[in-house]
Amino acid sequence: MNRRGKTALYVAAAIAALLIPQIPLLQPYLIQFAFLWVMILFAMTWDVMGGQMGYNSFGNIVFFGVGMYATAVVQRDLYFTVEEYASVAGGEQAALTPVEYLIGLALGMGSGAVLAVVIAALLGSGILGLRGHYFAICTLGLGIAAGELASGWDYIGAGSGLVTPLLPDALGERGPFFFYLFLVLAMITFAALKRLYAGQFGLAINAIRDDEDKADALGLHATRYKTVAWCVSGFFLALTGGAFGNLVIFIDPTDVAFAGPTFGVWMVLMAILGGKGTLWGPVIGATVFHVTQEFFWIYLFGWQRVALGLLIVVVVVFFPLGIVGWLRERWPQRFGEVVDEDARRVQVSLEGER
Amino acid sequence: MSAILEVENVTKTFGGVIANNNVSLSVPEGSIIGLIGPNGSGKTTLFNSIVGYHPIDSGAVRFQGAELSRLRTPQIARLGLLRTFQQTRIFGKMNCVQNMQISLPHVDDNFATMLRKFPPEVAERAENLLEFVGLYAKRHLLAADLSFGQQKLLEFAMALMNEPAALLLDEPTAGINPTLINGLIDRLKRANAEFGITLFVIEHNMRVIMNLAQHIYCLAHGELLADGAPEDIQNDRRVIDAYLGAH
Ligand SMILES: Nc1ncnc2c1ncn2[C@@H]1O[C@H](COP(=O)(O)OP(=O)(O)OP(=O)(O)O)[C@@H](O)[C@H]1O
Ligand SMILES: [Mg+2]
Repeated sequence: MNRRGKTALYVAAAIAALLIPQIPLLQPYLIQFAFLWVMILFAMTWDVMGGQMGYNSFGNIVFFGVGMYATAVVQRDLYFTVEEYASVAGGEQAALTPVEYLIGLALGMGSGAVLAVVIAALLGSGILGLRGHYFAICTLGLGIAAGELASGWDYIGAGSGLVTPLLPDALGERGPFFFYLFLVLAMITFAALKRLYAGQFGLAINAIRDDEDKADALGLHATRYKTVAWCVSGFFLALTGGAFGNLVIFIDPTDVAFAGPTFGVWMVLMAILGGKGTLWGPVIGATVFHVTQEFFWIYLFGWQRVALGLLIVVVVVFFPLGIVGWLRERWPQRFGEVVDEDARRVQVSLEGER
Repeated sequence: MSAILEVENVTKTFGGVIANNNVSLSVPEGSIIGLIGPNGSGKTTLFNSIVGYHPIDSGAVRFQGAELSRLRTPQIARLGLLRTFQQTRIFGKMNCVQNMQISLPHVDDNFATMLRKFPPEVAERAENLLEFVGLYAKRHLLAADLSFGQQKLLEFAMALMNEPAALLLDEPTAGINPTLINGLIDRLKRANAEFGITLFVIEHNMRVIMNLAQHIYCLAHGELLADGAPEDIQNDRRVIDAYLGAH
């Protein structure tokens, strides 16, 4: 497909997604779609590290939780004192004007993202020197530690959690609001990552994935790229977390914010299912995962976790490269690199090079 | 000719194994210098010691007058001293052109260059160099899908893309089809003469190194055994004994 055709396809897909809320049949499911966009954001942000760079991170959930708490705290502290808020928490009185709500949400998500970048840079300089499995194991502890810390910190509600402000009526129904919020966030994230992967950044983190010693030997600033990659991942994940707190209204430190065993594991699974290290893999993987999970929930209630586990085993055994990887292997012409042997042969002009 | 690379009394041990023992040598700017020795004599270890792949126990390494022994591999590479690997290292899941693009010099990298896209000139230069080593037709293949010999050639092309001042090549002809070796010798010489890259080459193929190098150092058991012009080394009793004794 040529460049024009591809752009047209992207625009068409974006318009189609934006029009979903206009379709009456789908209107009852807008919150479900919002969750789908969140899943896609999970997989895309995880794939920066785990797929494109080959550094499996089990600690990315930290940025999600940090973004969520930071946003909720900013939203609260902008307009209330802690005591006031506690007395009205969740009640109608906590309702804000639409402008207040939006300012709080935007400022909160922004500060959460900045905080996540700072944390990623600090953590990264500490543990991104570790290679492969050591890094993975080290990150495993991060989510757990963060959950423990949040559960013991009164300022953010400790173990009893934190409630986010309610969406003011003037801003419409929850469904369309969060549908669009997460859709736009997912689109921005997709576009930003696509752009990053298209330049030196993308090749550099791929090179680190394939052979970090060789990248070192060529003079690449590997540590800098690794740190920036984690910051990018953390940035978008914190934005996701910030909005997610408002979607679910109640932030539990271990079940929602730093939910390693669910969200933290799903990010990894969805990226692997769709195809690690590909642009569309995480999007496709998250969609398949989310839809399947919903069906399991409806039709296999009580067994849904078992079915999910089996699905994972099947994927890892039969599609180790994920859906996109499998497609590329079956039909390399259509989904892989195009080999244009007929292309003009470059004039060898080495004499004139220097 | 002044020395671009100087190795002074370098010693490197692994536990009880003395891999490099008090090795001193110098590589004049613009030259092609050979390094030979039986298997396990410490040649690769010496390359690793020079480029900061591991810390050395004692001694000094100077490149263009700068002391290297405290620097790390990427910093040394950015100074213009590059090495290739005996086992051949390329970026397997990237195609040949991408392998070349990421091999551009990284001296002037900053946060802004992270975002840059590669201009057509870079792709063209990459393709020219791939043509130079005979891999043009394979340029869109994943590097992992190349044969071992082709990967060796790709690694050489990547090194040229990096525009080093000096290049340490660890057995560049190993695994290359014998009928192509003469062509490769020719390309190594052209890289030296036309691009002005000083070459320091480990080689087991005697015909190649005699043909290529102006001066040869011979290691045995981690120590410098002899050095001299190719003809002298070829007839040196100690060198012959070292090779025969090693088998
Ligand atoms: N990382 C390491 N750890 C322990 N011992 C090592 C290490 N690297 C090299 N050695 C030892 O140092 C000695 C020299 O090895 P080196 O690889 O430098 O030899 P070489 O001259 O390159 O041999 P070849 O011609 O087979 O490539 C060998 O005895 C080897 O076992
Ligand atoms: Mg060796």
